[in-house]
Amino acid sequence: MSTRTLPAPVVARAGHRRLTLGLGVAAVILLLLMAASLSLGAENVPFADVWQSLTAGGTDADVIVRGVRLPRTILAVLVGAALATAGALMQALSRNPLAEPGLLGVNAGAALGVVIAMAHLGVASLTGYVWFALIGAGIATVAVYTLGSAGTAGASPARLALAGAAITAALTGVISAIVLLSSTVFNGFRAWSVGTLSGRTAPVVIQVAPFIVVGIVLTLFLVSSLNALALGEDAAKGLGANVGRTRLLGVVATTLLCGAATAAAGPISFVGLVVPHMVRTFTGPDHRWLLPYCLLAGPILMVAADLAGRLIARPGELPTALVTAIVGAPVFVYLIRRRRMAGL
Amino acid sequence: MKIENPPAADALPGNRLRAHNLSLRYGERVVAENLSIDIPDGSLTMIVGPNACGKSTLLRALARLLPPERGSVVLDGEDIAKYPSKEVARRLGLLPQTSIAPDGITVADLVARGRFPHQKFLRQWSADDDVAVTNALERTNTGDLATRYVDELSGGQRQRVWLAMALAQETPLLLLDEPTTYLDITHQVEVLDLCAELQESGERTIVVVLHELNLAARYATHLIAMRDGSVVAGGSPKEIVTPELIEKVYQLPCSIIDDPETGTPLVIPAARNRTGARCT
Amino acid sequence: MSAVKTARRAQAAPHTAARLAWRGWSVLWSPRAVLASAAVVLVALGFALVQLGVGDYPMSPGEVLATLTGNRGEAQEFVIFDLRLPRLLTAGLVGLALGASGAIFQSVTRNPLGSPEIMGFTMGASAGAVAMVLVFGGQEGSGMAGALIGGFATAATVYGLANRRGIQGFRLILVGVAATALLDSLISYLLLRARLQDAESAYTWLVGSLNGADWQQVQIIGLTVIVMIVPVLAIGNQMRLLEMGDDLAQGLGVRVKPTRLRLLLIGTVLCAGAVATAGPIAFVALAAPQIMRRLTGGSVSIVPAALMGALILIVSDLAAQRVWPDSQMPVGIPTLCIGGTYLAWLLYQQSRASRL
Repeated sequence: MSTRTLPAPVVARAGHRRLTLGLGVAAVILLLLMAASLSLGAENVPFADVWQSLTAGGTDADVIVRGVRLPRTILAVLVGAALATAGALMQALSRNPLAEPGLLGVNAGAALGVVIAMAHLGVASLTGYVWFALIGAGIATVAVYTLGSAGTAGASPARLALAGAAITAALTGVISAIVLLSSTVFNGFRAWSVGTLSGRTAPVVIQVAPFIVVGIVLTLFLVSSLNALALGEDAAKGLGANVGRTRLLGVVATTLLCGAATAAAGPISFVGLVVPHMVRTFTGPDHRWLLPYCLLAGPILMVAADLAGRLIARPGELPTALVTAIVGAPVFVYLIRRRRMAGL
Repeated sequence: MKIENPPAADALPGNRLRAHNLSLRYGERVVAENLSIDIPDGSLTMIVGPNACGKSTLLRALARLLPPERGSVVLDGEDIAKYPSKEVARRLGLLPQTSIAPDGITVADLVARGRFPHQKFLRQWSADDDVAVTNALERTNTGDLATRYVDELSGGQRQRVWLAMALAQETPLLLLDEPTTYLDITHQVEVLDLCAELQESGERTIVVVLHELNLAARYATHLIAMRDGSVVAGGSPKEIVTPELIEKVYQLPCSIIDDPETGTPLVIPAARNRTGARCT
Repeated sequence: MSAVKTARRAQAAPHTAARLAWRGWSVLWSPRAVLASAAVVLVALGFALVQLGVGDYPMSPGEVLATLTGNRGEAQEFVIFDLRLPRLLTAGLVGLALGASGAIFQSVTRNPLGSPEIMGFTMGASAGAVAMVLVFGGQEGSGMAGALIGGFATAATVYGLANRRGIQGFRLILVGVAATALLDSLISYLLLRARLQDAESAYTWLVGSLNGADWQQVQIIGLTVIVMIVPVLAIGNQMRLLEMGDDLAQGLGVRVKPTRLRLLLIGTVLCAGAVATAGPIAFVALAAPQIMRRLTGGSVSIVPAALMGALILIVSDLAAQRVWPDSQMPVGIPTLCIGGTYLAWLLYQQSRASRL
């Protein structure tokens, strides 16, 4: 992975400039979208008032901008970044283009946590669910990883995928059983499982933000090992990467990222799957570029989807997950058809 | 000294596998234009040439994996495209460069899959099939591996097992695409010895795409040299392998000596510090 | 190499398989697969006997057998023939169809996670059925019609989008995943917008239920299975060869493109029959071939996977009826729990034996 033996500019200059520029453009797009997200919605607030409210406060728009839209926008950024990063991470670790956060049982674990909290512990508030969702996601991931990596062979991608599918299935069965035994729980569950940012306020953001930040930092530490791992396990070892440790830390990071994102917004499965693929067609498989791009592209998709969901069905809302899927699916299919999917 | 293969039909009547004026392309990329070759019956034909000269593509076309844009491949006097798939597969076998062994399959089961073209819906496994599989395992020296899982085998063993599968197909014509890749010199020689043996016993006509020029010259009864999608020379190695030909095909200055073992031509590339020297 | 000719004058190749022959017939089957399949059938029959005997009107196995052979009173006959037998047969047949379908899809995609779900059929059927139930208020049959329309429309779309100079397993999976994710979000949204009661009944259907299965259901799925038997048996060998790569398969005389299309079609029709009968029961199609592959020690194959599918569903249906006797628990729930746990256990066992 090292380019030490060659003068770096020879290797990378041409691509570098394009990629750096792209990163800047993406950042600008994200900022514009965030501004729009603060301003537009059931009731539009002029940008000037938004600015006033953010910097000084004390305006009529405070309730909408600071109380509702700011936390929601920040959460969209966090969730988008978390899911996209986790998706890229999972795809690299499992060398499976199908890999997405759901694969490790994260969604099922989080859902089970939520359902148990609602059915058996009488938790009814969003801030209350979050902890249970996180715990559920964590337990499920640990179970999948343990099962997938037990024995002498270690965690092979196929085994991990199968273990994830098995655990997800078993948990889904339990969830369905609990949900069908009580209408109240079913009602709460269907609201959570639709996947939306609607009604998320500052306390939720504060709850999940630390997990996501730690997860992202952890992932960035793994970048060069991921590049090595993409060449295959043996090649990675030959390059001096510690395969076992990379996998383990990768799984920890995935759990933190997806667990927190799912806990806050419900299951939003499309972002983690699609964003890395889209980004890869632009950056190629180098994780040193892939991950920063995911950190911007995920939030772009998420903020845009949330905004669109608010604007399309005014005064009602479409759930964010539905919009990400409606936007993401055609783009994804187009990419698949247009060229050979860039390998991992 | 370009030796064009003579127009096939009149010059070598009765050859079972021939190609007439083939034009081959992958998508937009033209690989070969007006290519005609003739595989002499009962020969061990080796096709050599630099990377990307179209030799594997030609092999795919001969095995009707790649439909030609123009021209035709003729098998037993008929356009190969006109045969039913299974009928072709009973006359002509192919071992592609890369094949996938399904998870958890044993050697015997893999080799048995080579019997597919001989099976019918009701008669899915006959005594003939048993004999063919046993013979194939014996000839490739893989009988001891029969109950092992393919994914546990070493690269050399695996290659021999794939070869066994191709042999079990029991076709009079057998096309092998670089069967010695990944093999050490011992196993390379073993595989080629086996090809020679099969050919000498008169059972089969064998066509091999090979990278290793000297081994090709040693084993081939008929050598075809290709460059840029056309045949540069075809004939017995002794007649056609000359420094001029090698220079033309590979752009490699060299000298040719007799192989001390077999008397076949042996290509000695010119040493690095004498690259200016002409071939001797 | 000839120098080392083996001394063994082999009559039969040293197979892990044995030949079964009778007159013009002959097939090659691995004894281990036959044994495992036979064991699965026996266990399934055992559970079937139990299932026929339990319920609000309990009967001993002897009584059940006597009734089946026509030696008992009308009450027993009503319970067995009108209530329990159709449900049992539905479960078994749906399981057969799903298991076989799963084996086909895993082989075509060369991916252990391949299942009819990747064609989008299941999700399309779910979305179609939910939409119908929510729009037409769950009238008799509208769910099934919606399921079939949605299922086939989605499968055709996925196939069309994945088809670009031939179908490639990899592209098919990716397009299928996209379609599935989209429809999944849509279903969640529809459920949220519906009245609670409608949403609940739609959800029950989504999980997959055999409640109220009668002879009509048996007919639907029975016909599907019977019609598909010959095509499935005829295409099995070609399927195995396709697993080894297109070039090799073609070299062996398989017509690659039509064969693959036919396989996808057979798998989808089997799945469609199952979904129309019992709703989109998840995971059987994924788990059955994998479980059986691990029991038989070979590669994925259709018939054993089908038998395992039947066993999973029969056991699950028994559990659904006994564990929550009064709640009409849909069979999809124990299916998920049992199939998931068992697959997990198998993975664990194998990790100890260190072979994947």
